[in-house]
Amino acid sequence: MSEMRFFIDPIRCIGCKSCMQACSECATHKGKPMIHLEYMERGNSTQTVPMVCMHCENPTCAAVCPADAIKRTEDQVVQSSLKERCIGCKNCVMACPFGVPRYYPEMDQMLKCDMCYDRTSQGLKPMCATVCPSEALFYGTLEEFQSRRKGTPINTFDFGMQEIKTRVFLVAPDGYVNLSMDVMHHLDGRFEDGAYDHLDPFSHLEAMPMSGGLL
Amino acid sequence: MAKVPLTREEMVDLYGPTLHYTPAGGFKTIEEYDRLVATHCCFCGQQCGINLKVKDNAVVGFEPRTDFPFNKGKLCPKGVKRYLQGSHPDRLMYPMKRTEKGYERISWDQALEETVSKIKEIQAKYGRDSFAMLSGVSLTTEKSYLVGKFARLALQTANLDYNGRLCMVSAGAGNKKAYGIDRASNHWEDITKAKVIFVIGTNIAECFPITTDYVWRARDNGAKLIYADPRMVPMARTADLYLPLRPGTDSALLISMLHVIIRDGLTDEKFIAEHTSGFEETREAVKDATPEWAAKITGIPAHQIEKAARWYGEAETGMILHARGLEHQTKGVENVVSCANLALATGKIGREGCGHSTITGQGNGQGGREHGHKCDQLPGNRDITNPEHRQYIADIWGVEESEIPGKGLSAQEILNEIHAGNIKGLLSICFNPLVSLPDANFNREALEKLEHYTVIDFFLSETAQHADIVLPGSLQEEDEGTTTSGEGRVIKINQAITPPGEAKKDWEILLDIAHRLGRGKYFPYQNTKEIFEELRLASRGGTADYSGITWERVEKENGVFWPAPQTTEKGKTAKRSEDLDTHHPGTPRLFEGGKFYHPDGRGHFNAVKWRESGEVVDTEYPIWLTTGRVVSQYLSGTQTRRIGPLVDQYPNPRMEIHPRLALKLNIQDNDWVTVKTRRGQITVRAMVVNTIRPDTVFVPYHWGGKQSINMLTQRALDPVSKIPEFKVSACVVSKATPEEIREGEEAQRLSGKTEKLPVNYGINDRRREFSR
Repeated sequence: MSEMRFFIDPIRCIGCKSCMQACSECATHKGKPMIHLEYMERGNSTQTVPMVCMHCENPTCAAVCPADAIKRTEDQVVQSSLKERCIGCKNCVMACPFGVPRYYPEMDQMLKCDMCYDRTSQGLKPMCATVCPSEALFYGTLEEFQSRRKGTPINTFDFGMQEIKTRVFLVAPDGYVNLSMDVMHHLDGRFEDGAYDHLDPFSHLEAMPMSGGLL
Repeated sequence: MAKVPLTREEMVDLYGPTLHYTPAGGFKTIEEYDRLVATHCCFCGQQCGINLKVKDNAVVGFEPRTDFPFNKGKLCPKGVKRYLQGSHPDRLMYPMKRTEKGYERISWDQALEETVSKIKEIQAKYGRDSFAMLSGVSLTTEKSYLVGKFARLALQTANLDYNGRLCMVSAGAGNKKAYGIDRASNHWEDITKAKVIFVIGTNIAECFPITTDYVWRARDNGAKLIYADPRMVPMARTADLYLPLRPGTDSALLISMLHVIIRDGLTDEKFIAEHTSGFEETREAVKDATPEWAAKITGIPAHQIEKAARWYGEAETGMILHARGLEHQTKGVENVVSCANLALATGKIGREGCGHSTITGQGNGQGGREHGHKCDQLPGNRDITNPEHRQYIADIWGVEESEIPGKGLSAQEILNEIHAGNIKGLLSICFNPLVSLPDANFNREALEKLEHYTVIDFFLSETAQHADIVLPGSLQEEDEGTTTSGEGRVIKINQAITPPGEAKKDWEILLDIAHRLGRGKYFPYQNTKEIFEELRLASRGGTADYSGITWERVEKENGVFWPAPQTTEKGKTAKRSEDLDTHHPGTPRLFEGGKFYHPDGRGHFNAVKWRESGEVVDTEYPIWLTTGRVVSQYLSGTQTRRIGPLVDQYPNPRMEIHPRLALKLNIQDNDWVTVKTRRGQITVRAMVVNTIRPDTVFVPYHWGGKQSINMLTQRALDPVSKIPEFKVSACVVSKATPEEIREGEEAQRLSGKTEKLPVNYGINDRRREFSR
């Protein structure tokens, strides 16, 4: 059997946070979700993106950990910090290009998604991908994904000088998608006049008609 | 008379809502459990399969149930956290009586005796119909059937109705007019085979989340998605064509689409000729409904209306899905039959990948409404005014036909009559009209006028706080029975635990009251399965025919689609349920071969002319107000506003407003704003988003007290379905004054209290995560 993969398809995400709620059910998490959901720009869109750990081939979080607290298993799952080693320095939190690890002050420890290691190591799906109503989070083989779904799974990302290959795939729409990320240019663009006008589906409407809703 | 005895603050302190976070026994027990019980979610009409983890007679967690074909393990956040309503600190554990100082614990004997003596007293003084009953469709089908029989034979009142009246009765009435039967036309697998999916007036991502997967599967197969809604809701964001219609204009859009379909020759003439009637009148009615005409009413550009009509008309297969956005109106039935007209005119019904379905908002909205706790229906979807139907049910119940009361008042009409002083007593079960009915201030006044009110529930809801006697009932996991999901699948709810404390199963409470009213002989049941066996007989021959369905079949086949009628002569005439046959395979897809359920076997067109909503905007109230749901809350919030993680996800109601309207009104994101209609006002925070029409604001409805948007909605009813006009009101929005902000903050403070949590639980940290 070919290797099980994890796919994130943000277009399908409906922002329901079912993944986070299910993640928090793991007995070791005690009600805390280890994954999170980002609103891109709630003012302009209902687009949301669920973020699990991307489980990098060469995890930056582990590379910057001064205490060697972050381990990668033989089956390429990057684990949460080891309690006895983690010194709570938050280097990993700042270094991860995907913004995944979280520091929990009450435990003085970094915790993050470990792809439900208790389940996936037993042949089960991760909790978030099991419950996700729209399959924005999907766990299966690459062949299974390609046989039943549209979109292009991508697992190589450029962050400036750094190229990162991940075990988790991000699903881009079909066709060519430029994944080079010029963050500063994007941020500046947000403040230009009319930056989001093209996103307004109601641009042809008056703000407050006074005569029974007629145009 | 029935005024809440304590201040709001004192009531919250005593009875919640308490935000409950920890499973019974603490988080350790999530891994340790005695057994898994395969059952279903207690919330919306999808009725997802779920396994509950049980330890020491308490539900301690969940495990995905991947073997159930509808959801295959998928769940929305409500399903994931549903288990937290068990072992909840607010749970009602013993009967209570209202005193001037609050509620005091009393014995079951006293509680039942006081209820029964009040029923007798009020009915002797004012007549039998002066005592009304209100029921809920969170109940299993067995309980719904029992409530119908109980009200008619034990209370002997005509005035029984149910909270499905606030849900999809417009769809039910419209479906009956068009197709002669009240059910989704097909199982959800048909969605995946459609080439075009037209969704109107339903936020499926937040109200029916698992259904989004069916839509995506269709789109993976090349289907186009057309989405009509005043808000760009999550699925609309991705649609191939988005139609941003103004609230209350659904039928104008639908009529115009039919106009284009007829004009461009996209009708299925053979299907129309062979399987339908009334097309000529409908053709005549839409002849002037050009896209340009509809554009002015709906606010959708004419070319988009043309495109939608052509996509739907030209596609080989197609599906129409709608829900409350279109049905919660004084024109709800007209909107639904307008959808049916599209399906019938193009022959897109009764075959693979085709259909027209309503999305049922409430758990057992489908099964509950079929078997007799609706004011105008008897079991099997029978008409209470039809002498033959009455006689059939009278024979099953062993009474004279004349002993069954006639058609009663609908839910809002019952409240109206209570307010007018004509109905004096009320018994309700799992219904929270103070939050879920429109014009909440009026309804509060009504409840305060009652001479007696007994409530059966498991939490003390906003409405239950007006009760004289409180009888603690059961949660879904504390009893067994069946429900029917939105796609028409009868499924089995299994008992996981027994009711805690002195709480009892709902049906046992009703039986106790019936016995004390001296009507016990009509209620000889030992368990709910016996109720289902009687229901099978009672539904036989009705349109909602469950006679071929057994609990065993439901378990074995993972659900059976009704109707499943009798196939043998023996079954058709049997007097006992043991003699009914179970050969019919069930009916996942209705209307195959163009066979409809009207006596003439045809689908009926219903000509609809456009008319305005009950209230329209003017210079005084210039903005359209519409309401709806958020994914983490369910209906009136009685259950979900008590589950901490769900509350954290969307803690308080907010008003969505477009940036251009916000600019006009000088409102910034997160400002306190006051929304006002002719019925009342509410102060909430604004959420400035360009995903809503600039002439419309939206507020979700799950909250009570001064956070209840239903203080602002109107009691105007659809003339056929009697559903209130929740989705369209005229309002005015302004920046809140300091006094109004104080009220808003006070309302937030009183919306719930947090349970005491372990020190290291990290609650604040988690709350930030969920409410970002």
